[in-house]
Amino acid sequence: MTTAVDMSHYVRSDKIEALPPPRLTRGPLAWMRENLFSGPVNTILTLVVLYLLYVTIPPVIRFLFTDAVWTGTDRAACREDTVGHPVGACWAFVIEKINFFTYGSYPAPERWRVNIFFLLLAIGVGWLLWLRAPRRDLGAVYFFWVFPVASYILLTGGNVDFGGGFWLTFAIAAVALVGLLVAAAYFLQTSMRTALIIGLGIVAVIGITLAFIEWDFGLLPVPTALWGGILVTLLVATVGIVFSLPFGILLALGRRSKLPILRLASVIFIEFVRGVPLITVLIMANTMLPLFLPPDTGVDRLVRPLVGTAIFASAYMAEVVRGGLQAMPKGQYEGAMSLGLNYPQMMILIILPQALRIVIPGIVNTFIGLFKDTSLVSVVGIFDLIKTIEASRIDPNWAAPTISYTGYAFAALFYFIFCFGMSRYSIGMERRLAAGQKR
Amino acid sequence: MWQGTRLGCELFAEPSLTLGDYIDMKKAIASIAFGLLTAGLISTGASAQATLASVKQKGYLTCGSNTGLAGFGLPDAQGNWTGLDVEFCRAIAAAIFDDPTKVRFIPLAAKDRFTALQSGEVDVLSRNSTVTMSRDTQLGLDFPAVNYYDGQGFMVRKKLGVSSAKELNGASICTQQGTTTELNLADYFRANNMKYEVVAFATSDETFKAYDAGRCDAFTTDASGLYAERLRASNPDDHIVLPEIISKEPLGPAVRHGDNQWADIVRWTFNAMLDAEELGVTKANVDQMKTSDNPEIKRLLGTEGKFGEAVGLSNDWAVRIIKHVGNYGESFERNVGEGSKLKIKRGQNALWTKGGLQYGLPIR
Repeated sequence: MTTAVDMSHYVRSDKIEALPPPRLTRGPLAWMRENLFSGPVNTILTLVVLYLLYVTIPPVIRFLFTDAVWTGTDRAACREDTVGHPVGACWAFVIEKINFFTYGSYPAPERWRVNIFFLLLAIGVGWLLWLRAPRRDLGAVYFFWVFPVASYILLTGGNVDFGGGFWLTFAIAAVALVGLLVAAAYFLQTSMRTALIIGLGIVAVIGITLAFIEWDFGLLPVPTALWGGILVTLLVATVGIVFSLPFGILLALGRRSKLPILRLASVIFIEFVRGVPLITVLIMANTMLPLFLPPDTGVDRLVRPLVGTAIFASAYMAEVVRGGLQAMPKGQYEGAMSLGLNYPQMMILIILPQALRIVIPGIVNTFIGLFKDTSLVSVVGIFDLIKTIEASRIDPNWAAPTISYTGYAFAALFYFIFCFGMSRYSIGMERRLAAGQKR
Repeated sequence: MWQGTRLGCELFAEPSLTLGDYIDMKKAIASIAFGLLTAGLISTGASAQATLASVKQKGYLTCGSNTGLAGFGLPDAQGNWTGLDVEFCRAIAAAIFDDPTKVRFIPLAAKDRFTALQSGEVDVLSRNSTVTMSRDTQLGLDFPAVNYYDGQGFMVRKKLGVSSAKELNGASICTQQGTTTELNLADYFRANNMKYEVVAFATSDETFKAYDAGRCDAFTTDASGLYAERLRASNPDDHIVLPEIISKEPLGPAVRHGDNQWADIVRWTFNAMLDAEELGVTKANVDQMKTSDNPEIKRLLGTEGKFGEAVGLSNDWAVRIIKHVGNYGESFERNVGEGSKLKIKRGQNALWTKGGLQYGLPIR
């Protein structure tokens, strides 16, 4: 018997085409079975959600797009009894009022100044947030110095009258400040040259700022009572966000400090501000404060809520940052100290970069909350976006049943775009900063 | 001094300080704090003497306006304030500066309006505020004029076939919760021995939406508001406003108590507008009227007498008002009457010569 078998009779010379996988393990059907209908509970939930979407989405689309009115000049365009079919959102109303929504009562010939402000704000935000932008150090100088001064001059018209003798007072104060710094350096036996440069730098920044504010650029002065709409909303939000982070960090460090008075002051500030509703702070600022001050020393009506929201946001930010500081392992502090770093170096180089990364979701959460809280200034008679919409929707020229809904839908869209943008940016930021954690 | 110290010692050293004593102490402290606060209020009120001088020095008038009420105070699409109350402020500015644009409007919510006036943040409050005795006497305010006689009214569907509020027996009525509207309604129906069913909502928006959707037979609020709300109905022509007015709501501008010259300016600005209407002086013909022989017109327009100087203005003060703003009738028709979308009838706000209540005091 021979074991040699001629295999060629049994073995195929070419490969069989692979069978497709069973239809229920691959493809959309399988995906649905696995993710949507994997069990009785999942199936029921899927069906309920689908039903809810079916109930809500079509009417919303019908209201916002299908039945919406896009053109028209007054209420007749948006009324069922005049156009003869059901009317959804009346976008013609928003289009007609869009200038009021954007600028409030800001004088029409001067609105280009607000547009430049929006542009400058966009440049500043883009420069700082786009991580690969060139010269981001200059960007910081721009955002925290050039931009605020330029915006102030643009929006108010600048040309502030400081009164006679102001510059003399300023010069004396400047000399005193520089002298004090140099003297301090002398007594502490550190470099007097550095102290001189720092002192002159501070004086130069303040002096240039004040000189620009006093300079007459020939712009028509526009009182803040005329500002309104998106301008005010963005202004309050920007000031709140820009001030709250540095102040919040300082307050959080103060609360964790070993110096008792500093710690007590921080704790009292944070707890007091957090213990009071924002709306109380605003009403206190805009209604009660003038009662206690002499009539002519009143702070501007727009500045008061600006300061109120900034203080409020700082207290919340402080607690968020404190969470990050407490989450840092003790070894990080000890390691920094054993390297011979002093307190500021330890905080700036070791602790804060890690602590802040941990709390990015909390920080952005506070920013988003603050952005939406700006609408509360409407309660004290500041014409922010919400207030301009509320004043416009009762305009008899546009009296129609769906006008209010349209106005609020527009506001919702505006707030959603900004808040969603912030949220997406923070997710990207978290991923980038967490790169070092992945192995 | 000695007594005070001893009293203090007794209060705090007494070991058996009862709860009652403690509460008394708290009350005392509270009343001191309250006293200080009121003293502060009164002193700021008093220190705001000579409003006219401060307005002239600032170069503009600060006017407390509504945050948005159709026909009375509302910013238009360009953000310019319009309305009957707003034009009254423009009239005061015209009388002082000969320029109706020298006004800054500060929109005030109902709860802030009197505080803003007391604290001196606004020079005059022209914001559809009802004149009442307690406001006049207890809040440190003066109401120099009534520029709109309002009152609570009813709106019903035409197909209900009702032509008088007296026929509303057994009706369901939509109204806003916790307002005087609700109380007036109860008074009126009890006085007329009628039954009704109240359907109350938190906001005026909700209230009207409910009426428009057919939740109730009638809708009640101030008459001026009824006309504005009717425009928002899905079919405005299906609704009528009933003739009965069941409450008195005299709306007028307010100033701080104690500055009589300023109150005079506000009072006579309004009366000049009324007199102008009565005498037929309008925005268009005011320049020709200056040559009129009618002594009343002469006194109004300052060609005779020195009436303007007596309140610290120029003698052509009324000319300025009429030229820039117009007489009362013109302002009324433009903002709330036939010239506007609201189309409110003059009614009680007609001149006394035409059966209304508006009676211009004589300038002489």
